[in-house]
Amino acid sequence: MRIPIAALIGLILTTCYFVVAIFAPLLAPYGMAEVVGGVWEPSSEQFLLGTDNIGRDLLSRMIYGGRTTIFIATAATILSFTTGAVLGFSAAVLGGWPDQLLSRFIDLLMSIPTLIFALVVLSVMPVTVPMLILVMGLLDSTRVFRLARAVAVDINVMDYVEAAKLRGEGYRWIIFREILPNALSPLVAEMGLRFIFMVLFVSTLSFLGLGVQPPQADWGGIVKENADGIVYGIGAALYPAVAIATLAISVNLVADWILNRTTSLKGGRG
Amino acid sequence: MSDLLEMKNLKIGATVYPPDEAPHDIEIVKGVSFALEKGKVLGLIGESGAGKSTIGLASMGYGRGGVEITGGEVWINGRDVLKGGMKGLRALRGAEVTYVAQSAAAAFNPARKLMEQVTESTLQHGRCSRPEAEARAVELFAKLGLPNPETFGNRYPHQVSGGQLQRAMTAMALCPQPDLVVFDEPTTALDVTTQIDVLAAIKDAIRDTGVAALYITHDLAVVAQVSDHIMVLRHGEKVEYGTAEQIITAPREDYTRALVSVRQIDHPEKAPAEPVLTASNITARYAGTAFDVLKDVSVALSPGQTLAVVGESGSGKSTLARVITGLLPPSEGAIDFAGRTLSPALAGRSREDLRELQMIYQMADVAMNPRQTVGTIIGRPLEFYFGMTGKKKRDRVQELLDQIEMGEGFIDRYPAELSGGQKQRVCIARALAADPKLIICDEVTSALDPLVADGILKLLLDLQKKQNVAYLFITHDLATVRAIADSIAVMYQGKVVRYGPKSEVLAPPFDDYTDLLLSSVPEMKLGWLEDVLAHRKMESAGH
Repeated sequence: MRIPIAALIGLILTTCYFVVAIFAPLLAPYGMAEVVGGVWEPSSEQFLLGTDNIGRDLLSRMIYGGRTTIFIATAATILSFTTGAVLGFSAAVLGGWPDQLLSRFIDLLMSIPTLIFALVVLSVMPVTVPMLILVMGLLDSTRVFRLARAVAVDINVMDYVEAAKLRGEGYRWIIFREILPNALSPLVAEMGLRFIFMVLFVSTLSFLGLGVQPPQADWGGIVKENADGIVYGIGAALYPAVAIATLAISVNLVADWILNRTTSLKGGRG
Repeated sequence: MSDLLEMKNLKIGATVYPPDEAPHDIEIVKGVSFALEKGKVLGLIGESGAGKSTIGLASMGYGRGGVEITGGEVWINGRDVLKGGMKGLRALRGAEVTYVAQSAAAAFNPARKLMEQVTESTLQHGRCSRPEAEARAVELFAKLGLPNPETFGNRYPHQVSGGQLQRAMTAMALCPQPDLVVFDEPTTALDVTTQIDVLAAIKDAIRDTGVAALYITHDLAVVAQVSDHIMVLRHGEKVEYGTAEQIITAPREDYTRALVSVRQIDHPEKAPAEPVLTASNITARYAGTAFDVLKDVSVALSPGQTLAVVGESGSGKSTLARVITGLLPPSEGAIDFAGRTLSPALAGRSREDLRELQMIYQMADVAMNPRQTVGTIIGRPLEFYFGMTGKKKRDRVQELLDQIEMGEGFIDRYPAELSGGQKQRVCIARALAADPKLIICDEVTSALDPLVADGILKLLLDLQKKQNVAYLFITHDLATVRAIADSIAVMYQGKVVRYGPKSEVLAPPFDDYTDLLLSSVPEMKLGWLEDVLAHRKMESAGH
């Protein structure tokens, strides 16, 4: 198997980010909330990326921030896919009024802009990490539901699903053994995009002050804390922006490659 | 040069992209040579993958979907079309050489009127003015037996039937007065009763216009009616070339002989016994429609025997299968199976009811989950109905694979790694795994090549003998019916028009529809088409 160069770059970068996120306490030179120097010190041997607005080591903040952001995004993506896919598949297989009820309810949720919905919910609920994951995951599952249902409706009319129904199989077998394996490749490709959306979403929320609460670090929060520095020509706020951008691109490169590899259409893209 | 078309050592290749393997080149056509004189018809015949369509398209200098002409020469009217460049090809295609595709419905633009499309390439090439082209199109419509030829061109593709559309496409191909027409399976997608009309129309048009033709098909009986010469192809190589008469009456090669003698299975009819399945007075319609697809249908099937349900598309034969399996509860009527009355809906049936009534589908490709191995596909009914697991299940799966003559080495393969015939065999094994009393076979051989289909039919008959399983065999192919049925139900517009033991149904006197159906099945002899048409003319004159 030959991996295209673009996918290889994506794979390496994505793996790097995840490794850094997992082993953050071992890799970070200083503690997450430890004040170790002056305000906005330039990069030096002691502080590779300099220090932030209250004198914490920016590299350590970035590493811990990545850990938070990637963890929340991953957990929310898993939640959104499990809920969205199970509901979407069920709606497609059950059909009739359960399908109508679910689909219209999802339409209702989707008609409200996600960010506004999240802001409203988070301003009345206690802002904790599990709450963030729950709100983000459930709001995003509407999109997964749409995709999963559309894919499953097509598979549901295949003769092998009919054969399983004629055999007397229950919904569990039909959903998880007949439909899921065949719906996997579009879903996995979508997963990459949803993950990136989650990274952006949690960063946006933190930037607005309703996401991860200080002193815990996360990329959106680092931008917020250091945004004032831009006026004085201090680039501290740009590091998380670069991290978000490179992670987004590398995950997309991997997702594209997976989609290309598993699609039955040969000679298409790539 | 007296030959219109000459192919010299034609080689055609393509690049394949197998999953998890490096892409590599394969050869589809391996050095085929032949010549075609002006005004003659050459039939190209072979199973799928033989390269017949590829050769047909190569005569226009075209390779479909990544297929490339890698060697050899194609001469038309004394010019090598492969050396003419894009400009030469453009002058050739749609003017000197035209093409009739298998699916006319997919070949016409649904948003434009037929006349525009029929005259399009003629006008494009500036062969004549619009009024002249339209006059010629009307003339062709009349020649091809289309209704109201004057106004036929004002219709849109969806406003005419499939057979008419196929004839309109023939008119489109003949309109620019080409020297050569490539017919690529023009009647394969049509019902037998429609096929004969289209075939006769094409044959007359070829004769009257004096055009040469390449006629591509997998049905030797059809090609024998229209061709002067026949070339038999297999795996991209020429097997045999000869006059139509020689190929049909005195084939030289074993492969050709097998093709000629296809469907000559001798199956003596069994005497009726106490039925295992009785469908009485079934009337059914699809939800949301106000039209009965089945009207008062009653049939019975004895254990260990085969009931063939015959009819053209839309006659309701597949709907009958859906009613019996419980997928479509009937609005009236009852189904008795193995001494008990079945619940009309699937949800109300017991596991035993489901086990004893199995189904095999037309398209084996989509009847198997592409993400399950053969072992899982066949093993699941064993696990589901009999609770078999582990080694016991695997042994039984292997036993079933042996029964369908596939043997070792298939159990861990995925459906994509099987040939068309093998796929259908696995579907048969899956049905057998449930140890059923009745298997519904829905057009199980119609997507297969003739020789492969023969193998499947023989296997089904053999299994019936050993396991005493009954078949409800749905088909539109009367040759298949003759080969395997014990009793026959002929369906037309949702009704059973003729029903009884095979010997009675296939013996005169016939009702009108059965007569039409029986006489429409192409026979493997020269002049069959003329005989049938003459017979029909006499009959209609007599009435």
